[in-house]
Amino acid sequence: MLEITPLHYTLLSASLFMVGVIGVLVRRNIIIIFMSIELILNAVNINLVALSSQFGDLSGQVFAVFIIAVAAAEAAVGLGILLAFYRNKESVNIDEMTIMRW
Amino acid sequence: MLEPLVFYTLAVLIVALGILVITARSAVHSVLFLVGDFLLIAALYVTLNAEFLAVIQIMVYAGGIVVLYLFVVMLVSLKHAPELHADSRRLGVIGMGLALVVLVELVAIAYVSSTRSAGATVARTEQSFPVGVQGGNTEELGWVLYTDYLIPFELASMLLLVAMVGAIVLAKRSL
Repeated sequence: MLEITPLHYTLLSASLFMVGVIGVLVRRNIIIIFMSIELILNAVNINLVALSSQFGDLSGQVFAVFIIAVAAAEAAVGLGILLAFYRNKESVNIDEMTIMRW
Repeated sequence: MLEPLVFYTLAVLIVALGILVITARSAVHSVLFLVGDFLLIAALYVTLNAEFLAVIQIMVYAGGIVVLYLFVVMLVSLKHAPELHADSRRLGVIGMGLALVVLVELVAIAYVSSTRSAGATVARTEQSFPVGVQGGNTEELGWVLYTDYLIPFELASMLLLVAMVGAIVLAKRSL
């Protein structure tokens, strides 16, 4: 119990991941949904860094760097889409984003 | 003795701030809780001997991405908050249930894989982590990044360039 194993980090990562999933599924504000996606990506990063430190292999940290880069790109493009949507609809409610729905 | 204490404190705070991010009423509060969460995750990276990643986390996430979010929250003035206009067809309970299923699945996978590979893990911890002692984490990470992962690194820079152009095209009223 008192010794911190990779399992502890994996469980922390899983709980943070689930918090993000709940945010994506339950909230209606698109900005908060984007923030939940950032939480999910951070949960993955915790996992990668913990296992990288466990195995003494730096590949995990390199992957975490790439995930941070992709998260930055995702935030920029996603918020651009959000601004374009807001300009047309005057709303950030995801329930009103139905144009592309079948 | 100190390590478990630090880990449990950080873990509880990280999950608590994550919950605050998704439950806060106002989006500005959400963004501020998100900054706190990112800073705590950076502290967790320090305890894992990943100092470079901790600094990157603070600079890129807490410094860059969150400011971007804050700008958008300020730009998008919310005369009527989305949460107040409930869509009757939308069932939050189902979302919660699905998320719980995901959690159970993740915990089961983590548990099974940790019990199954326990032998392998113990065998490999002997050589665990000379990193951070000799030459420092940043130097080693830079070495790996510019030799083994050179092409993915360049591709990531291309991705950032494309994302930058795309964000400008999307957000600009007329080109």
